[in-house]
Amino acid sequence: MVASGTFGYAKEFEGLVDLKKLGAIVTKTITLKSRTGNPMPRTCETASGMLNAIGLQNEGIDDFIHEKLPYLSKIGVPIIVSISGDSADEFCELAKRLDREKGVDGIELNLSCPNIKGRGFSVKGGRLIAQDKDATYNVVKKARGATSKTLIAKLSPNVTDIVEIAEAACKAHADSVSLINTLIGMAIDIETRKPILGNITGGLSGPCIKPIALRMVWEAAKNIDRPVIGVGGIATAEDAIEFLIAGARAIQVGTANFIDPGACEKIIKGVKIWTEKK
Amino acid sequence: MALDAPYIAKNARPGQFVQVRCSDGFDPFLRRPFSIHRVKGEGSRVKEVEILYEIIGKGTEILSRKKAGETIDILGPLGNGFTLPPSTLHPPPSTLIVAGGIGVAPLVFLAEKLAEIRITVLLGAKTKKLILCEKEFKKLGAKVHITTDDGTRGCKGFVTDLFKKMLCAMPALSGVEGRYAPCAVYACGPRVMLECIADMCVKKDVECEVSLEEKMACGIGACLGCAVRVKGERSRAEDSYIYKLACKDGPVFKANKIIGRQV
Repeated sequence: MVASGTFGYAKEFEGLVDLKKLGAIVTKTITLKSRTGNPMPRTCETASGMLNAIGLQNEGIDDFIHEKLPYLSKIGVPIIVSISGDSADEFCELAKRLDREKGVDGIELNLSCPNIKGRGFSVKGGRLIAQDKDATYNVVKKARGATSKTLIAKLSPNVTDIVEIAEAACKAHADSVSLINTLIGMAIDIETRKPILGNITGGLSGPCIKPIALRMVWEAAKNIDRPVIGVGGIATAEDAIEFLIAGARAIQVGTANFIDPGACEKIIKGVKIWTEKK
Repeated sequence: MALDAPYIAKNARPGQFVQVRCSDGFDPFLRRPFSIHRVKGEGSRVKEVEILYEIIGKGTEILSRKKAGETIDILGPLGNGFTLPPSTLHPPPSTLIVAGGIGVAPLVFLAEKLAEIRITVLLGAKTKKLILCEKEFKKLGAKVHITTDDGTRGCKGFVTDLFKKMLCAMPALSGVEGRYAPCAVYACGPRVMLECIADMCVKKDVECEVSLEEKMACGIGACLGCAVRVKGERSRAEDSYIYKLACKDGPVFKANKIIGRQV
């Protein structure tokens, strides 16, 4: 499946990708109200990857349901909607609204966007929800109470122990966990001595984070009894297979979509050939 | 650099761009956006796309080492392109094209499409050697004025200084059929130059479009990385703005939407 935030709402890739061939589409994260996003610059290329600090720019859930969902639900593949909120109640509200929509097959809770810190969430010190096992448990539990659709918790690599967070999500009855989101990083312009990103820090993604993602997927998969969705730096079929071997039951492809819109199709084909050979 | 890409050549409009994967690996990681400089071929059999670039980093450096016959992965045509004046206008309107440095890249393709129209081109560059495409514009019958920062060719100073002089010399435009007045201004170049030109055009009520350059990741509107701050449609407050994407909503924007970049 395609990872949240790297595939828009699928229409962007119309004509470039045979959307029907995808396993599932995870949308760009939506919030209750529209968000303008972070100041520029928002991206910065790095060695084998990139930093981004978009800031969850989106038009809000009403716009999503009326303008984007009709197109998505016609594609004919499972649609997973990524959501984020400033409080557990907001996650709950979003899940409740999406639960009523026929075109939505699953919900991914974005507990790990590194670019919206400072918003009044109840996690101490402006940390991410997925950096705190209690906050993770609370949000997943509230959302679980609002929907019977497939519920996935997207976790952050910016933690000391991924297992305790994954366990908290499972304890609150998430159907699955997806990991990892981006790693918090930064880049500096040595001429101006200022950070390159408008948001100062951003999320690192791309092939450079793959070994970390793989290690965390392996740790999570052997310790929890729910399926783990592996994501982080997957750009080739070989990468995807490594995640499957590490214990992932499904994989998401993210940043690779930016440099090659056909990446997913190639990966799906490659994995198929490999499994048929084995 | 000329690329054999019939689909892009056939469908491209001036101001659109292509995303070029400079290397097969991950170094550099992202594609690089380049304006379509020209398309070549006969009538409906156009098949070549040209890009004009300056070597400024790793990506362009790798491109410069490519040899004839090699294959490159490109995506396009992308973006919205310039609005061409309606062909029904009589007498045909005149047009002012303003280029700063390598910003000339998309404007030759534009001038080709405007061939029926009287075109005046202002070419600005740091120095004589960096004046680009003068011949191409002249071949199209355009009147070309040159400025260089160091005065080694044409007027000494910025292209915006000359533009200001020309704009001031023109009669007021609103509703007036000024004979020497341009119907439209098209500009591409450094951001400060474009903001300056956009500002002058708005004040004089001259139709103007500028092509902005932004760092991009995907080029197709998915990553939301290449945001540009533009004036919102609903509110008139000076500080109100919305984000548009250079790749999908641009790279060409109307001058009256441009907001000075806040550092």
